[in-house]
Amino acid sequence: MLRSSREAALWSIGILVVLLYALIPVLWILSLSLKPADQLGDRRFVPQEFSFENYETIFNTETFTRALVNSVGIAGLATLISILLAAMAAYALARLDFAGKALILSGALAVAMFPPISIVGSLFNIWREVGLYDTWPGLIIPYMTFTLPLAIYTLSAFFREIPWELEQAAQVDGATPFQAFRKVIVPLAAPGVFTSAILVFIFAWNDFIFANTLTSTDEARTVPAALAFFTGGSQFEQPIGAISAASIVVTIPIIVMVLIFQRRIVAGLTAGAVKG
Amino acid sequence: MADIVLDHVTKRYPDGYEAVKEMDLQVADGEFIILVGPSGCGKSTALRMIAGLEDITDGELRIGGDVVNDRAPKDRDIAMVFQNYALYPHMTVRENMGFALKLAKAPKEEIDRKVLEAARILDLEQHLDRKPANLSGGQRQRVAMGRAIVRDPKAFLMDEPLSNLDAKLRVQMRTEVSRIQSRLGTTTVYVTHDQTEAMTLGDRVAVMRTGRLQQVGRPSELYNDPVNLFVAGFIGSPAMNFLPATVEGDTIHLPIGDVPVAEEHRRGLQSGGARSVIAGLRPESFEDAALVGDQRERGIAFQAKIDVVESMGSELYAYFAVETEGVASQELEELAQDAGTAEVPGAESGQVVARLDAASQVSEGAEAELWFDAAKLHLFDAESGRSLRAA
Repeated sequence: MLRSSREAALWSIGILVVLLYALIPVLWILSLSLKPADQLGDRRFVPQEFSFENYETIFNTETFTRALVNSVGIAGLATLISILLAAMAAYALARLDFAGKALILSGALAVAMFPPISIVGSLFNIWREVGLYDTWPGLIIPYMTFTLPLAIYTLSAFFREIPWELEQAAQVDGATPFQAFRKVIVPLAAPGVFTSAILVFIFAWNDFIFANTLTSTDEARTVPAALAFFTGGSQFEQPIGAISAASIVVTIPIIVMVLIFQRRIVAGLTAGAVKG
Repeated sequence: MADIVLDHVTKRYPDGYEAVKEMDLQVADGEFIILVGPSGCGKSTALRMIAGLEDITDGELRIGGDVVNDRAPKDRDIAMVFQNYALYPHMTVRENMGFALKLAKAPKEEIDRKVLEAARILDLEQHLDRKPANLSGGQRQRVAMGRAIVRDPKAFLMDEPLSNLDAKLRVQMRTEVSRIQSRLGTTTVYVTHDQTEAMTLGDRVAVMRTGRLQQVGRPSELYNDPVNLFVAGFIGSPAMNFLPATVEGDTIHLPIGDVPVAEEHRRGLQSGGARSVIAGLRPESFEDAALVGDQRERGIAFQAKIDVVESMGSELYAYFAVETEGVASQELEELAQDAGTAEVPGAESGQVVARLDAASQVSEGAEAELWFDAAKLHLFDAESGRSLRAA
């Protein structure tokens, strides 16, 4: 594609503005996290001296390390289960004609439209009654519920793109319906699977409302909720440095995940399946 | 390897539509049979029922003597080549061809050996590690064939496997398919809407129309002895010309002249009085009267004003009109619909195509004397469309 240099320049400026707008707050937090405690208020963007004491502090804090384990475990499990269920549901919705199909689809959409805050109160009471309060499943279940609709929608759109004949070919080749699904359909829908997985993971990883309301101890508290419980070294000290360091640490997995999977999130994997 | 028997097989959809009606067909072991018919005639549905991709509503399907109505496709031991090939895009050619064997848990050496063997037959050896996306249409088609071959199944089912190729490649692959089938000797059911493919490929051809089998026979049988108007109009290219005719006593009055009733039609015509019939005249039964020579006695010569002449090099197609009120038949209308805008010659307007020798001197817009071989006349009942040739 040929563009005039003028157009290219405008594009570059536009992209730069967006990048700065999005990245400056992150860089600021990074800068804060690298400053020693006594320089936190020095109003400089670039720290005078770099220190990792904040990182040392948080990794030596039980609250944070426990929360990190909880976050990884809960978000990971929620993603896994959500994608498994969504894949099967989406496959059924994409391929089968059954009574109530439209109802299920609109029901799923309705769930996605519920604001989480509206159910968190009642969930708190129910969870305490049934003993799910302050446990991993207690968080995994609502995360799944809120991410399933989106995952189902994304995946069924991907499944619909895959030609029917491929499964039929697999069946004639001797595959059971489940084998056809696992060995032919899922690999082809991989971009969709990864896209949904990332979205689910980010939702679960970043959630604050459920994590804060449905937990009370280190048992199941995730990092976003744990950050709120950070205290400084003494009661006169602001925990800003530690919070910044923790924020940077929790951002890293998301960045890594997106970097790894962005290569997989490319369409066009189905090219050549059928006459092109 | 095995034979395939369809015994009164019917496919009825929940809305009551019958795609295949009481189909009876015996495919012998090792036979290459073609299901042919216009689109929507049920040929693909029939094939998919054999494959197990469609449920059979009624009747019995036997492969190698076993009733397989309720068996899943994977338990029928058949291989299928799909119209759009349905190659697995995430697998290499090698993996595509070996997929079935891998599912069957065949040892790795055996898979490698069979895939290589199939690749050699299909001339795909240098492409084994490429993905389908990087192959040409013809190569993809061969991979699809290869996927069927490596299995060494009881039967091959092919659903218009050549229809996505361009004309030249199609002719080439047609020969290839035929060669592979005779080399492997595997029972093959092949679906196509192209009558040329049907005539050139199969041991036997089964013509279908609106879910019913019309006629099953060797290509020459269908060509020389079609049982009804539909088969007559479908088989042969250019298609048979149809003209209205009346039979009085021992004479058939055709718009182009009178012919005596041939022995083979006499029994079918029985009733003594005047009777209207539909006459079928193959384009190749015509000739330029100047070139006929001493066969002239056998047929009738007539004058015609030639509208269009198409020269094919080896032969000429001459189009001319005949004074007639046209023939009305539902079967012919269906054929005309399937052919799109191109009408079946003679069906309505009295347009006739004649295939003449390349040496003919006929020219567009000029009167010419043409000749028709009366022995090659086909007669059909005007009501039922059935051939009047005594069976």
